[in-house]
Amino acid sequence: MAYFLIIVSAILVNNIVFTQFLGICPFLGVSKKIDTALGMGAAVTFVLTLATIVTYLINLLLVRFGLEFLQTIVFILVIAALVQMVEIILKKISPALYQALGVFLPLITTNCCILGVALLVAQDNYKTFGADTGLLSGTVFAFATAIGFALALVLFAGIREQLSLVKLPKAMEGTPIALIVAGLLAMAFMGFSGVVG
Amino acid sequence: MKSNFLNMALSLTVIALVAAGALAWVYTITKEPISLAKEQKKEQAIKDVLPEYTRTDAPETVNGLTVVRAYNDNTFVGAAVETAGNGFGGTIRLMVGFDADGNICNYSVLEQAETPGLGTKMVDWFKTAKNKQDIRGLNPAKVKFAVSKDGGDIDAITAATISSRAFLQAVHNAYNAYAGNPQADGLSGASAHPHTIDTTATDTTAAKVAADSVPALPETIVATPAPVRKPAPKPQHDSVHCPAHDTIIVEPEKCDTL
Amino acid sequence: MKNLKIFLNGIIKENPTFVLLLGMCPTLGTTTSAINGMSMGLATMFVLICSNVVISLLKKLIPDKVHIPAYIVVIATFVTILQMCMEAYLPALFESLGLFIPLIVVNCIVLGRAEAFAAKNNPWASFLDGAGIGLGFTLALTLLGAVRELLGTGKLFGATLYPENYGMLVFVLAPGAFIALGYLIAIINKLRTK
Repeated sequence: MAYFLIIVSAILVNNIVFTQFLGICPFLGVSKKIDTALGMGAAVTFVLTLATIVTYLINLLLVRFGLEFLQTIVFILVIAALVQMVEIILKKISPALYQALGVFLPLITTNCCILGVALLVAQDNYKTFGADTGLLSGTVFAFATAIGFALALVLFAGIREQLSLVKLPKAMEGTPIALIVAGLLAMAFMGFSGVVG
Repeated sequence: MKSNFLNMALSLTVIALVAAGALAWVYTITKEPISLAKEQKKEQAIKDVLPEYTRTDAPETVNGLTVVRAYNDNTFVGAAVETAGNGFGGTIRLMVGFDADGNICNYSVLEQAETPGLGTKMVDWFKTAKNKQDIRGLNPAKVKFAVSKDGGDIDAITAATISSRAFLQAVHNAYNAYAGNPQADGLSGASAHPHTIDTTATDTTAAKVAADSVPALPETIVATPAPVRKPAPKPQHDSVHCPAHDTIIVEPEKCDTL
Repeated sequence: MKNLKIFLNGIIKENPTFVLLLGMCPTLGTTTSAINGMSMGLATMFVLICSNVVISLLKKLIPDKVHIPAYIVVIATFVTILQMCMEAYLPALFESLGLFIPLIVVNCIVLGRAEAFAAKNNPWASFLDGAGIGLGFTLALTLLGAVRELLGTGKLFGATLYPENYGMLVFVLAPGAFIALGYLIAIINKLRTK
């Protein structure tokens, strides 16, 4: 039950894009087409879950040796290395998957939702609804957060595809109208607040 | 610079070592101020919610909440309780101070994630002398400690009933910890609310268990002053008491040492 | 004259928020009030200046193939130093900015300036570039924070300008961040094309 609440909370109530403001750059950057949005969403889901597991384990080592102050620096390097490795491995074993996700992988290192979620999980700074904080709930949280990101991205891309057909005042074209649409979506997501506390 | 394996490995190692060294150095410098700042924050919160005191007992744990009893010389002046509740946007953590008679002296919100402009008003709402929203000077055992919507004596924050319920529930839990009551009550509306995931005080079984375990504490808890464990003799009334809060202008001198 | 141009470039012509559209996460996430926005801007500016200068000094010593990881280490070091100092000496501010302080590491502006400017210029010019871009970012965040605070709560830098009850609360909440920034960029686009 607690895990179900973690999932609902991370996808809908505390959506990472609309309430936590993480991962805005790819959210605005690769949301012009639903296809690319789906690819990016899948890539983020994969890397975010993997990165959270790896950084959680590495953090145990850091805590063990009293080196928590190296957290940020170690995490970002681990994430960068991990993304590179995923890229190389995918290329070798699954060219089809690489074709689908490959272009998005280099962009992911600087996606702040990866480092952000890794830090939140390492610091036990997320809602567990009574479940023990640890690797399992951390992984569930990371996976659900990534799904929330993908959901936001795909919804947004769907609206933007339609939006490109509309005539707008020159100054509103591009980013300004995208931000306003995102604001309206965020308002819709506010309707979920309070659902699972 | 041209890359070869040797200079790549060497330069990265040197940079990483220098970085780690610099961080370790800053860490040793800031370690003490960081823990000091955290300690001070907690200490300040206790000071804010209690009448003036000269010393405190070591923190004890009652019902899972931390209780710090404070004394002026050897006179018991009250206790500060750190408590928590499930609000609208997440956990609300409070420091609540009670005077020697069990009246709420003051409170301070340590952490909350309520809706800005609505639930966040709890920071001041329940200590503003206006209508029936001020809880200072009230004894949770003597009044109907719930929002007026649930038949209680306290005005909820406008448009933030869930936050208010959670707040009052947290304060009531703090009172129970202070008074040594078991963690169960039928007074506050928050316990019956579906948003509360608090397992300690949700249903009637909990209340029944409590009634069974403490036979001296029947349903008439509303009328009876709670059996406060007082390690010290009954204090001088005026010197350590938390005065009643009638108006917003007259701030109690002994109580708020903000 | 050239130095002044480098400095002003970041504030107006290449303003990171309004023109380059970089660093959106802290821009949206920390601007619930003018003070918060300004603090976040200044924190980023500190990292930007330090990393720019150090990278400019080190540029000849770092092999090309590993320059990105090397830059990331330098940036992350300064971010962590900032994080620890803030936690020690400005705990209240540290708490209100929260996660966004360590996330300066992945702010595209910092790595972007290291790549685009500091790696090609001398330390003094890199310092000016960092200061200019940092100031531009700070101004943008302060402006957005001020707009949101004023419309949402009727306050400006904490001083009440009109009663809070008349404020449009939504501007302090998440949707207001997107909408306010959208309109600000539109207005600036309009002004720039004139």
